[in-house]
Amino acid sequence: MLADEESPSRLLEACTRRGIAFLRDGRGAHVRWDSGSRSDPSCRDRRPRRRGPCCREGGATLTVARPRDLDAALAALAEHPDADLLAGGTDLVVEVNLGHRRPSGVVALRRVGELQGAEITDDMVDLGAGVTYAQVEADLADVTPGLAMASRTVGSPQIRNVGTIGGNLGTASPAGDALPWLVALDAQVVLAGPDGSRSLPVADFLVGVKETARRPDEIIHRIRAPRVPGPQHVAKVGPRNAMAIAVASVAMVVDTAARRVRVAMGSVGPTPVRPLAAEEAVSSAVDWDALTCPADAVDAFGAACAAAARPITDHRSTAEYRRHAAGVLAARTLRRCLSE
Amino acid sequence: MSSEILPTTEPEAEPYRLQVNGREHTVASSWLGESLLYVLRERLGHPGTKNACDQGECGSCTVLMDGRVVCACCLLAADAVDADIRTVEGLGRGEGPDAEVDDVQRAFLDAGAVQCGFCTPGLVVAVHDLLDHRPEEVALGVREALSGNLCRCTVYGRVLAAVARVRDERREGRGGGLADGGPGGQQGGVET
Repeated sequence: MLADEESPSRLLEACTRRGIAFLRDGRGAHVRWDSGSRSDPSCRDRRPRRRGPCCREGGATLTVARPRDLDAALAALAEHPDADLLAGGTDLVVEVNLGHRRPSGVVALRRVGELQGAEITDDMVDLGAGVTYAQVEADLADVTPGLAMASRTVGSPQIRNVGTIGGNLGTASPAGDALPWLVALDAQVVLAGPDGSRSLPVADFLVGVKETARRPDEIIHRIRAPRVPGPQHVAKVGPRNAMAIAVASVAMVVDTAARRVRVAMGSVGPTPVRPLAAEEAVSSAVDWDALTCPADAVDAFGAACAAAARPITDHRSTAEYRRHAAGVLAARTLRRCLSE
Repeated sequence: MSSEILPTTEPEAEPYRLQVNGREHTVASSWLGESLLYVLRERLGHPGTKNACDQGECGSCTVLMDGRVVCACCLLAADAVDADIRTVEGLGRGEGPDAEVDDVQRAFLDAGAVQCGFCTPGLVVAVHDLLDHRPEEVALGVREALSGNLCRCTVYGRVLAAVARVRDERREGRGGGLADGGPGGQQGGVET
C-alpha cells in the first residue's frame, strides 16, 4: 500500500520500483492499480478506484430492463422512474465507467421494435429514435444528405455502429452532431408517454446544456423531418477529421422549393443556434434560378451567423475562435451548396 | 409484456448469459452496470480485448457484436445478452498453445505492424471487419475505417501495409477470414 500523501513524482517512483502499473485519471490526479484496500478481498475488480465502481462497493442495486416493445419499455420506466434510458451506450455507459453516474435502473431500448427503421414519404422522413449513425450513413444518404454527412463525422465506425439519433437528442450535448441539421429543418420529436404521445419541435425539445423537455416517464419514439429539395451540407471544426467533438459545426439546407436558406450552428451555444435574420437576408440575395449568390452577400451571411453565435470558452476552444469558425463554416457550407 | 427485469442485490445478482466467440458464458455475482469490456476481461477471462480509455475514444476494446465493430467499453454487458460477441481471441484457429494466428494477425506480424502491441487486438478486429465487408477500400477509405483505433507508437504506416498485404492475399485466394460467415460464421486463417 502506498501512502496517499506521497507526492505524485515520488508515488510514480515508488510504483515503478514495486512494479505497480500506474496511470492518470482524467483530472490529472494520480490513481493506482491496487485492490488491496478494498473491503472484499475476493473482489476481482482491478480498476483504479477513482475510475469506476467496484462491483461490490456502494451497495446500490441496479435493475436492467430489456423490453422488446414500446409498451413494455414505458411500463419498465413507470416502474423505475429514476431509470436511465440506454440506447447505444456511448454516453451513458461511459459516464458509468468513469464513475460520474451510478444508475439505480436502466431501461435498455436496443430491442424495442417501434424505435427502429425509417419511413420515407414524398415530403417527410420519419426516423426511429434507435436508428444508428451507421444506418443513416448507409441507407439515408440520398434522402437526408445533411444528416448522413453529420453522422459520418460522429466518433469512429465503432461509435457510429451503436450510437443513435434518439440518443443524440436525449443526451442533448451542445456538440451533438445530428442536432444542427434537425434544428435547421424544423424537425419534430415524437415522445411516447404513459398517456399517449406528443410531438414538439427539436428546437423546443432541446432546453439547455444536456437538458431536454422529455418528462421522466417519456421515451423518444420517432424524429420527423421534412424532405426538402436542394443541396445540403454539414461541416465541423475539431482537432481531427475523425473522433472529434465539434468545436463548431454548421448544418446548411438550401431549400429550393421554399427558396429559403436554412442553417443551424452547433457547439456555439447551449443548444443549436438558428440565425434567422441571417437566413432571411441571404435567402433574398440568392438567385434561385441559377442557384448562385453574390460573394459579398455570402460574406455578409458568414458575418451575420458569427454575430448570432453565443459561444463560451471552455477546455476545447475559446469563444472567439468558435464564433470565427462558425462564421467561416456558414459561408463555406453555403458556397459548397451553391456551387454544386 | 416481454420485458425482463433483472434485480441485482450483488453478489446474488441474477446471472445473465453472453455468447462470446461461439460459446455461452454465464455471468454471475456481478454488478449490472459493468461494461462488456470489463465483463470480458475481468469475469470471463478474455484479456485480449484491451482497456485504455474506457470512453470509446481509443478503439483498444474493439470487438464484433453481431458482425459489426463496436467499442466493448461503451456497451452494457447485461444488455448484450442476445448478441453474438467475437473478440480477438475468437479470430484465429484453436486455443491455448496450439492456437494459430489468422491471416490478419499474420500480416501484422510480417509487416511489423506491432510495436508495444496494446492497440493491436483492436486494430486486428477492425481490419477484419473492414476486409470482410469492404475489401475494395483503399487509401482514405482504409484510414477512415481504422480512424477509431489509436496507436500511441504511431505504427499506422505498417498497419496500412498489413491491410494491403491481407487484401492482396485474399484476392489471390491464399487468405481466409470471417468473410462469408458473419456472426458465428466460418473461421478462416489459412496460413501460407
